[in-house]
Amino acid sequence: MMNNKLKKIFHSNEPYIFLIIILLGVLVQIRSGQFFTGNNLVDLFSALIVPGLFAIGEFMTLLSGGIDVSFPALASLSVYATTKLLLDRGYQGNVIAAFAIAIAFGAVLGALNGFLIGYLNLNAMIVTLGTSSIFQGLMQGTLRANQLSTIPAGMKTFGTVPFISATNKVNGLTSVLPYTFLVLVGVCVLMYLVLHYTIFGRGIYAIGGNASSAHAAGFNVKRTKFIMYIIIGMIASAAGICRTCMMQQMHPTNMLGMEMNIIAGVVLGGVALTGGSGSLLGCMLGTFLIVMVQNSMILIGIPTTWSDVFVGAVIIIGVIVSALQSNRYEKVRTSKNKEAAAK
Amino acid sequence: MGANDEMLLLKAEHIKISFGNVHALKDVSLSIRPGEIHCLAGENGCGKSTLIKIISGVYQRDGGTIEFNGKKLDKITPIDAINMGIQVIYQDFSLFPNLTVAENLALNTEVASGKRWVSWKNVRKIAEDAVSKIHLNIDLEAKVGTLSVAQKQMVAISRALMFNAKLIIMDEPTTALTKKEVDALFKIILNLKAQGIAILFISHKLNEVFEISERFTILRNGEMVATGNTKDLDDSKFTYYMTGREFENKKFLPAKVSEKPIFELDDLTSPGSFEHVNIKLHGGEILGITGLLDSGRTELALAMFGMLPASSGKIIRNGKVVEIKNARDAIANKIGYVPEDRLSEGLFLQRSIADNIIISEIDHLTSKGIYDRKKRDREVGNWVHEMEVKTDNPENPVTTLSGGNQQKVVLAKWLATKPEVLILNGPTVGVDIGSKHDIHVILQKLAEDGMGVIIISDDLPEIVQNCSRVDVIKEGRIVGEFSGEGLNEAAILSAMM
Repeated sequence: MMNNKLKKIFHSNEPYIFLIIILLGVLVQIRSGQFFTGNNLVDLFSALIVPGLFAIGEFMTLLSGGIDVSFPALASLSVYATTKLLLDRGYQGNVIAAFAIAIAFGAVLGALNGFLIGYLNLNAMIVTLGTSSIFQGLMQGTLRANQLSTIPAGMKTFGTVPFISATNKVNGLTSVLPYTFLVLVGVCVLMYLVLHYTIFGRGIYAIGGNASSAHAAGFNVKRTKFIMYIIIGMIASAAGICRTCMMQQMHPTNMLGMEMNIIAGVVLGGVALTGGSGSLLGCMLGTFLIVMVQNSMILIGIPTTWSDVFVGAVIIIGVIVSALQSNRYEKVRTSKNKEAAAK
Repeated sequence: MGANDEMLLLKAEHIKISFGNVHALKDVSLSIRPGEIHCLAGENGCGKSTLIKIISGVYQRDGGTIEFNGKKLDKITPIDAINMGIQVIYQDFSLFPNLTVAENLALNTEVASGKRWVSWKNVRKIAEDAVSKIHLNIDLEAKVGTLSVAQKQMVAISRALMFNAKLIIMDEPTTALTKKEVDALFKIILNLKAQGIAILFISHKLNEVFEISERFTILRNGEMVATGNTKDLDDSKFTYYMTGREFENKKFLPAKVSEKPIFELDDLTSPGSFEHVNIKLHGGEILGITGLLDSGRTELALAMFGMLPASSGKIIRNGKVVEIKNARDAIANKIGYVPEDRLSEGLFLQRSIADNIIISEIDHLTSKGIYDRKKRDREVGNWVHEMEVKTDNPENPVTTLSGGNQQKVVLAKWLATKPEVLILNGPTVGVDIGSKHDIHVILQKLAEDGMGVIIISDDLPEIVQNCSRVDVIKEGRIVGEFSGEGLNEAAILSAMM
């Protein structure tokens, strides 16, 4: 029985991704001596916050059998609108208002995705490509977005006041993990509970596994998708606020183009593009690996221009590993079935 | 129909439905008694599935009456049907491959209860209750996608039983099962019957109908052609009702067998699949190879065609040792192979019937190096005619054909390469009786014209009727050879087991 459980664990992607993270960490440590230092780890976790939040949203769409490429544009639009609104009003309060307004915008924009994908049953990839253009167009055309070099004081404080900080004894550099990290942790825990302990969450798994069976089982497939895209829009906007607070400025095009690395990280973590399978842990580990590769290049003296090449290589290696693994699993399965038949 | 109306669980009379101009059901009646095993038979497209969907509330009928449990029903929704105790187990089982057995069993109940939160303890309990009803021994934490077809079916049956089912409709439940699994399924069906649950068993397999059912109803082209007690039915009546045609099942007798073998396997071995296989095939012969699902018969077929090359041993063509490392080598040596799963291995589903037929001879359909459209159309016309493919227009997608006609297309494709050795793996699996007969006639004709044919199949009546010689494979080894008088079902079956 114990043996069975162990086997099950090693049939999943997570331990392998974890192993790769550790190995890569050790490699960087050997080359630079700078990996397992407080400030580097704090930097890494700090860099994980925004991609991590986006990844949670992407994880849900993939789980339901869809895909979302509109979240960077969605987040940019809702956060730009929010920041601009607060600046114009001369808002002086804390960050809560910024989150509330951006999340409300996010819900509306997410509802557009949800309506098209859920109720009209259109292809998620094409819909989000389309809405992504619309969101960008609204932001850059209608709102005439350009860089906002100051942001409301409340947002500034939230992005800079350290939750944890660490100083490197060798070079004296101090790294700060802001309170935005708690947003990531909070959303992670919340979505874990939703996905595991609510009928809505199990419905997302069920739809990704077999949508027509889910319908037959009594799930409201359309509504479940609709609500899911609203939640994804809300999470993406929260991520956008975190990003803006941490950067101390709102740059409207800064998040655009992040979607591919996010999708890659989620898939690397073992979330199936075909829908229905994957875990939140795997999704976070995969994203962490991508963030780590991007951030560690500098530590081992590789120019940052190469980082895309390395991220690409990691993705391909990851996919090879999981393909090999599922092949092996398939073999184990057929031989098991053979044994059963022989009995 | 002498049955007293008060005894009937389901009484459907004069059911009519049309989709656009197509009258899918013209006038169909079906009556099922409580606790009986009733077989609904008919060829593909006869309206069996439509009838089930009407009974289970998926489609709304255009005319006719339905009574269930003594109650007249005007309109049936899927939920009504479930609440009344009607459960359908479709061929795809409607399971979630990505979820565990326990969750698959419990999810419908959980959703139906209107709860918003999932209690995993409760899920486990529901699942344990469900499997205990049919004494199913299964790992509740296993993902359903990792189960065998038979296990998935058992999970689907367990789930169906959770809703106080009075009538369970099983849509071709034996299609992907081995002989042993079919036996296990029949045991469970009898057990359900003993609990007073009626079973509507949909099949087009003659032997199953006889083995399990008490009463039968046969549909053809949307009309009911016969209903009654199974014991009053026999082979030829069954076939006649199904197809409206009379067949004489001609036993194949080889006319002129070549002096020397044209295809031999010498000590062919692929560890774990088959070992030390020696086979000789003469031109003009039909050789049968049969064995249980996991006997290694499919691996052997793939090895002969180079798709899964053997690790040792020789393949000999016309006395010369040949290297067959891939399908291309096999084709070059004039070997053709009709695969087991025509949908994934044999056909280009999105393409037209014509394109599918000429794909393997496309290199020869040129004039002066340029693809010759006229030559192609001529060739396509010939094959459609020769194989009696039932189609108005060969440019239609191949998916518009019935299983039997699709198989004829696969066959035409291979015959277009002019093979001397033709290997067929399960040539009539999922094929209706009419086309099955046609395919048998074609194969016998090919052998009479001198081709060496190998049929790999576990359909014993098919093997006995069409093969002049039969090798039985068991656990990867040839364990017996039968020919002449000794070639009969009983002898082959005892060697297989």
